[in-house]
Amino acid sequence: MLRIRFFGSIREQLQTSSIDVEYAGEETVSDLMAKLIEKGERWLILEEQDVLVAVNMTLCGKDAVINSGDELAFFPPVTGG
Amino acid sequence: MMITVQQEDFDHGREYEALRELANRDGAIVTFTGLVRDFNSQCSVSNVVIEHYSGMTEKYLMQICSDAKKRWNLGQVRIIHRIGTLEAFEQIVFVGVSSKHRQNAFEAAQFIMDILKTTAPFWKQETTAKGTQWVKRKDSDEAAAAKWSGA
Repeated sequence: MLRIRFFGSIREQLQTSSIDVEYAGEETVSDLMAKLIEKGERWLILEEQDVLVAVNMTLCGKDAVINSGDELAFFPPVTGG
Repeated sequence: MMITVQQEDFDHGREYEALRELANRDGAIVTFTGLVRDFNSQCSVSNVVIEHYSGMTEKYLMQICSDAKKRWNLGQVRIIHRIGTLEAFEQIVFVGVSSKHRQNAFEAAQFIMDILKTTAPFWKQETTAKGTQWVKRKDSDEAAAAKWSGA
């Protein structure tokens, strides 16, 4: 199982703040994104160039390998302060 | 090092006094307070809603404090960042740094804000006369953070 969380404008566009997906194996963030995008047109937002990814609350590249039990997050560039 | 993410406002005077009490052998305290502007590049702004990633936000704020302490000889480091709905002119963020000498405290406070703005997972949505909109990243913020990477 994987928990995938969404924040900011991505959360708003996807109309969900998190989903749980069945997962077993060693795929990369890119592999998982390809599966999510198959869910429908609005999921194409994940492919936008400036989307950031965190695995277990650490920013990482789309080539990062995901393990079962990890928490992923997709979000736009940060704008705090 | 102490970081806090909270909805409620903070008392700048109390935070300064707390730093002063702990920084009893330091010769400088620099504080920065960020406020909600009532305008953006296009129109007026009545309030902002700040979202964060609980857990990751705290982790990155601690990392920023820790990086600052590695770069400069610092005493105390304090960050407060507010979340939720904030009206124009309310306080958003507080950074306080103490050091033996002013230069370290000035530089570290600026470093903390520059890195916070580009790495700490907060997102701002503005309410304007034209409706709500998500604030976009600014090239000037990226440039401000990038200048520390080669220093």
